[in-house]
Amino acid sequence: MEQILQVFISGIFSGGVYALVSVGLALIFGIIGLVNFAHGEYLMLAMYFAYWMYNIIGLDPYQSLLINLAVMAIIGYLTYKIIMERVLEADHSIQIILTLALSMVLQNLALMLWKADYRNIRIDMTTDTTHIGFLTLSTPRVVAFVIAIGASVLLYMFLQKTYTGAAMRAVAQNGKAAQLMGINLKRTYGLAFTIGITLVGLAGLLLSPIYPAFPLVGSNFSTLAFIVVVIGGLTSIPGAIMGGLLIGVVESFAGYFAGPAYQQAAYFLLFILVLIFKPNGLFGRS
Amino acid sequence: MLNISNINSFYGEVQVLKDVSLHVDQGEIVTLIGANAAGKSTLISCISRTVKSFTGEIQFEGKTISNLRPDQIVDLGLVQIPEGRLLFPKLTVRENLELGSYNKNSRGNRKERLEYVYELLPRLKERSNQLAGSLSGGESQMCAIGRGLMANPKLLMFDEPSLGLAPIVVSEVMKLIRNIAKDGMTVLLVEQNVRQSLKLADRAYVLENGRIIMEGKGRDLLESPEVKKAYLGI
Repeated sequence: MEQILQVFISGIFSGGVYALVSVGLALIFGIIGLVNFAHGEYLMLAMYFAYWMYNIIGLDPYQSLLINLAVMAIIGYLTYKIIMERVLEADHSIQIILTLALSMVLQNLALMLWKADYRNIRIDMTTDTTHIGFLTLSTPRVVAFVIAIGASVLLYMFLQKTYTGAAMRAVAQNGKAAQLMGINLKRTYGLAFTIGITLVGLAGLLLSPIYPAFPLVGSNFSTLAFIVVVIGGLTSIPGAIMGGLLIGVVESFAGYFAGPAYQQAAYFLLFILVLIFKPNGLFGRS
Repeated sequence: MLNISNINSFYGEVQVLKDVSLHVDQGEIVTLIGANAAGKSTLISCISRTVKSFTGEIQFEGKTISNLRPDQIVDLGLVQIPEGRLLFPKLTVRENLELGSYNKNSRGNRKERLEYVYELLPRLKERSNQLAGSLSGGESQMCAIGRGLMANPKLLMFDEPSLGLAPIVVSEVMKLIRNIAKDGMTVLLVEQNVRQSLKLADRAYVLENGRIIMEGKGRDLLESPEVKKAYLGI
């Protein structure tokens, strides 16, 4: 029983980061209607940045948190301004091909510039454990979980409770009407994209003490984020949070009972079942 | 106040507006009537710049505005209450109203605007925490008008406010527009409900197949044989 609980809690804790990766994706899709296939690549960039900050300047990922977020926000904004803003009114297929291409370009640039080597950040905390009752948890995972869920909930509160948040929801519900309120659509889209990228950057940073950086690291997480977002109902932030936690738990149990090789298979199976029986997502409204 | 000259607009190959010119002076209620697909809504959308493919010039308070973004138009105090209300269904009535004051002019006095709107439309106050998607047709239209008033407009454009409403509610909406105008608002009203809107109007234009075919005082047009025959079925 204790072991089952340990497996469950481990799953919840990995799920926190999945949730954070996914809320950014859900936000960008929900507000702009843009499917960002390059989402994971921004996670990769943030992981490399955390690695350099540690190796070159000597700041561990937690010390470089604010700089990393600022850099990701700038990268996100520039991506929006230079690339995404041009395809806002284009066909979905064009947007999809564009973000797919962007993902390939970023992956291959990383491969060319930084090689395929795995880059690990070895700080003392990497191997630290935290004990809660009989549970034993890796400290970086606990920190990652707390910050990830905190940031996701903050995003949700921002959307629900602030005026700017209401304006963003208005844009998502009816862009034309939002314009008639005097809301600048492009600026709002830019804000949504920047926030989404900053959040996935934060996820990358939180992963960096646990997970190596390499050029293709993003694709693991973006596939996962797409599954989470579909399970969560595509545009719903609470849905993405719950979906992230659920996938974490499923992955953890599959790893425990069937072996690590079956982890991916397990959440893909869940994904297929959700698509068959609840195509609007477990947490989405029909 | 609002001067529109020689507007031509195309929807693909089809010319929707043909050389349309009209003007609205400060304090007037001007009505634009016409049948379905005459181009009324397109004209309003050109003014708000949510339709961008048109030629011709639009001036507001002596300034050319036909090259501005939609949000800049609203900042000038030229506010549209769109056809079909276009409320934000998953936001509350209050959130909808508050977003009405997003523009630079009214952002600072959101509270006073909200009090004014609640006083004018007490029903909205009762419903303030309800989702806008759950309102009835008449309430939705009131909410849309309230949202337009929140913007602190100088000129308010109504696009078919009577659409889909029961006759008694239509009269209520028209009365409301009259009251808003009495408070000093300049109004451009686009309507299919010819009788009600001509009664209300100081001046009126008749749009047919994208062309202005008549203009005059509201009462005069109401009496004119052409209007009677084409729009009132008399």
